[in-house]
Order: sequence, then structure tokens, then C-alpha cells
Amino acid sequence: MGAYILRRLLIAIPSLLGISLILFTVLALAPGDPFGELASNPNVPPEVRAALRVKFGLDDPIFTRYLHWLTAMLHGDWGFSFASRVNVDALILQRLPTTLFIVGSSQVLALLIAVPVGLYAARRPYSLADQVANTLAFVGFSLPTFFTGLLFILLFSIKLGWLPFVYQADLPGSGLPWVWANIRQAIMPVAVLGFFQAASYTRYVRASALDVARLDYVTTARAKGLSEGTVTRRHIARNALIPVVTLVALQIPAVFGGAIVTEQIFRIPGIGSLLIDAMLANDTPVVMAVTFVFAGLVILFNLVADLLYGWLDPRIALR
Amino acid sequence: MAGSTLASPSDEAMAPARAPASPGRETWRRFRRHRLALASVGVLAVLVAGVVFGGLLWPVAIDDIDFAAQLQGPSWDHPFGTDDLGQDLLARMIHGGRISLAVGFAAMAVASLIGVLVGALAGMSRRLLDPVLMWLTDLFLSLPQLPLLLLVIYLFRDSLKAVFGTQGGVFLMIVAVIGGLRWMPVARLVRAQFLTLREKEFVEAARSQGATTGHLVRRHILPNALGPVIVAASIEVSAAIIAESTLSFLGLGFPPDIPTWGRLLFDAKDHLDVAPHWALFPGGAIFLTVLSINFIGDGLRDALDPRRVL
Repeated sequence: MGAYILRRLLIAIPSLLGISLILFTVLALAPGDPFGELASNPNVPPEVRAALRVKFGLDDPIFTRYLHWLTAMLHGDWGFSFASRVNVDALILQRLPTTLFIVGSSQVLALLIAVPVGLYAARRPYSLADQVANTLAFVGFSLPTFFTGLLFILLFSIKLGWLPFVYQADLPGSGLPWVWANIRQAIMPVAVLGFFQAASYTRYVRASALDVARLDYVTTARAKGLSEGTVTRRHIARNALIPVVTLVALQIPAVFGGAIVTEQIFRIPGIGSLLIDAMLANDTPVVMAVTFVFAGLVILFNLVADLLYGWLDPRIALR
Repeated sequence: MAGSTLASPSDEAMAPARAPASPGRETWRRFRRHRLALASVGVLAVLVAGVVFGGLLWPVAIDDIDFAAQLQGPSWDHPFGTDDLGQDLLARMIHGGRISLAVGFAAMAVASLIGVLVGALAGMSRRLLDPVLMWLTDLFLSLPQLPLLLLVIYLFRDSLKAVFGTQGGVFLMIVAVIGGLRWMPVARLVRAQFLTLREKEFVEAARSQGATTGHLVRRHILPNALGPVIVAASIEVSAAIIAESTLSFLGLGFPPDIPTWGRLLFDAKDHLDVAPHWALFPGGAIFLTVLSINFIGDGLRDALDPRRVL
């Protein structure tokens, strides 16, 4: 297992480097010169401009610039936000917990829906229940998150007045009412993201359970006289859920994409809405850093999924 | 296959022997069995016809500002209501829908082209190229797509506008970026197909007759690998439509004078309380389009997989 963890960690490093290379290439290819304004300013003599360019290494070979940029990112030196006059890393750290809370709870909700529904649908394939679940899953992942979000606001906030539609990260108050207020404001964003993910997870669980259900050991379990519920829970589900881990990991980029949209709809102060605000305010250091954080999070969760996979299925780790 | 669960319901009574049908007709026969997919073809046809020819039936200007008719609900004068400037929403949806659908199909074409190219190169190479290309594919799969899409658009928007004009520039960029970030599933499918097909006897037979690699790929391997690619491509259309709508919904896609369905939702979201129709019509249009394309993809999957008994 130790060797397996080490191997997975070593595989994650080139991916991170590759992603940083892609991000840097995009940035380097982008038109626009940070000193463009200086060039058109007649008060700045050309010598000073040239000296500044040398000082900030703008004329260095591209590979040197990439190394500089990468070391600065790794040191946590992420620059300074033009718009809010704070260090970028402080800004991101302040907003990251909200995003992780919303994304995490929505994933829990999605799995809580998808696993039972998928297993139930797989028990009798092509039955009425299976077809209803399948159709609902299709509808679920054809409804884009931005539309479901608006529909929820329309129904639960405007027509019924049950739930608030603006999320506040620093609600005043304490004790139980405070907890309840926090839950109330998180219900809609978490449900929007959770339902969307649940739709695709349901199909994965069903397909995976159907694959497992025809194996011989399941027949043996039935032949021993175990009840259908026990067979499903203890024999099918346990093995069917292992590949689902990988499929969930593959969905992580999409999950963070959905988080950006949801944060924008419900005005949740997470890193997704930070990204959009920074783009609308032309705040390039924040835009780059947030994109890098998203990439890092995706790799981190892929790594977690890999390790989880090795732990759930020791055959993988031994290979 | 006794005791196994088939991937699709099997025909109980085998149909009596028929004259062998052409592949196209056989696919259509199998496709027709998927009722929802069949209905979806009708829905999609109506939507496409609506945005293509709707302008002829409903010749109302999309930027006709009328402050006397602000934020009105559906009526005979404005079947889909009006927005905050009194502009007719049906006309705007017809116009914007053309762009939304065009982006979907164009981005699918870009993604499929790159995917087939990368997959074919990886599938035919027997040396270093295959692992390198697959590493690249996996790398792209683990990229956070939406943030990267937004980043590229943020950095390149202004210069492209200067070269190609607002509408053309944004359209080209969005198609290129969505296509450029969604080719990976196709590439993987094509590579997997190539790896099995290139060892088949019929390919070996062609090779032994002196066929070049290019000829083998074009005439023998690629045509046989196309089934899964068509299915993946149909799903790409709906993914691209969602991606474009998401960008426009975030205010970073098309500008307000090009009212794509996502852009209409972006403009409508601050008036939900007084004008819910403004959000419901474009949102419903996106939903219907994506749903019908997904069902068609499902039907094609059933129809094009020769191992399924239908």
C-alpha cells in the first residue's frame, strides 16, 4: 500500500506540472503587455522602460519565465489583487471553505440519492421503476444548473417565500437559530448541484450493479438462501460501488464547473464567484490564481479517489 | 449468455428471416424502437425549423425598443412576452437560438475532428506517440474545463473582436475553445476502436495486398470505428450547447446584442419576480434541445451497437 501511495503521488506531480504549463502557455500567448501603458506614456524615458522590463524579466526566454512563475506559485507568492487590494492567497483562503462546504454537501446529497436509486433500478432492469429512474436521470442531467437554480429561486423564494436566495457567508447570531439559518440558505445551492450530479451517478451505479449482479458469487449467495435485500446490500453493492469511485472522480472537473454557476446564481462568496468577479474587473492575478487552485483541487481529489480505490480494492494496489 | 442481464431488452420471438437490409435502413429500424429517441427527433426538428425559418413567420425586429410594453407577459402581440426594454422575446429567441444551435453543432465538429485525429494517431502508432498522446488526453480530462474556458475567453476576447468583429470573433473563439476542450472522450473511443480493429483479419488481408497505412485507415478501420464516434458526437452537441449557455449566463459569452438563450437567461435573472416568462422560455428551450439530443444519442447507441439484439 505504501508503494502504491508513493506511485500515485509521483503520477500526480507531472499532471500538476502539465496543467501549470498549459495555464502559463495560455497566459503567455495572450495579447497585451503589462507595460503597454508605460510605452505610450511620453513621460517615461525608453531607458527606464527597458530597465523595468529587465527587472521584471519580461524579455527573458519563455522557459525562464515559466520557471520564475512556477517557483513563485509554489512559494505561495501569488501576487496582489488589483481590485480588492489584498494578497491573492489571503483572498482565496478566505473564500475556499464556503466553496468546499457547498461542493462537499452536494456530493454527499448526490450519492445519497444515486446509490439507493441506482441499486433499486438495477434489481429489476427494464421494469417500470427502472424506466422511471432512467427517464428522470435523463431529465436531471439535461437540466443545466443555471436553469434549475433560477427555477428553484422562482418557486421557493419568490412564489412560496420559504428560502432566502442570497447566501451570506457571515450570518450574524449564534446557537441553533444560526445553524438553522445556515442550513436554510444552503438548501437550494446544494440541491441544485446535488440533483445534477445525482442524475449521472444514478446511471453509473445502475450500470455497475448490473455488471456485478451476473457474477457467479452473487448466484452462490442467492443459492444459499439469502434474502434479495441482503444479496443487494452486502454482496452486490459493495463490489458495484468500487468502479463508481473512479467515475465520480472523473466528474470532479464538471462539479467545480457547476459550483461556479451555482455560486454566481445564489451570490455565494466562494472562489467560483471570485473568479467571475475578478474577470469582470480585469483582475488578472486573481483570475490566474483561482484557475490554478481549481486545477489543483481537481488533481487533489483525483488523487484521493485513486487512494480510496486502492484501499477499497486491494487488487489494484498490489498490481 | 444464459443467466446474464442483457444490456437491452431482447426480442422474445425472433423475427422471421428477412432480406438483409442496408446498414442505414437497419440502423433506422433499430433506432425507431427507442420511442423517446424517435419523439426527440421530432422535437429537435421542430426546434431547428423554428429557429431557421421562424424569422420568416415572425418578422419582428429583435431590437425594437418599446417602453410602453415593458416586461409584459405572453400576449397575442408578443407570444413570449417582452423584456425590460419592451423588445419582443419570441423574435430574440428565434435569432439567438440560431447562434446557440450553431455553436453546438460547430463545436461538436471541432471536437470530433480533433478527437478522431488524436485517437487515430494514437491507435495506429506502435511506438512512443501512443503513450504521449494518451498522457495528453488524460491531462486534458483532468483540466477544470469551465474555469479554463473562462480564462481563455477572458484573455483573448478583445484581440479576437478586433480581428473578426464582435459576432464573428466571439463565435469563432467560443466554438474553438469548447471544441478544443472536449475532444478527449472521442479520442479515447477512437483509439480503443483502432487498437482492436487494426488486428482484425480483414485489415490484415488488406495489408497483405499492399494497402498503405493511410488507405487502411480511411477505407477499412475508420468506417468501422464510426459507430461509437457518432454516439459520442451527438452527446457533444448537447454538452457544447450547455457550455455556451453557461458562458453567456455568466456574462462572459456573447454580448447583449446577440441574444443567445444563455444570454437571455443572464439578462432575465434579475427580473425573476416580475417577469418569470423571460427566464422560463429560453431556459425551457435549452432544456428541450439538450434533452432531445441526449435521447437521440441514447437511441443511436442502441441502434449502432451490433451486439445488442433489437
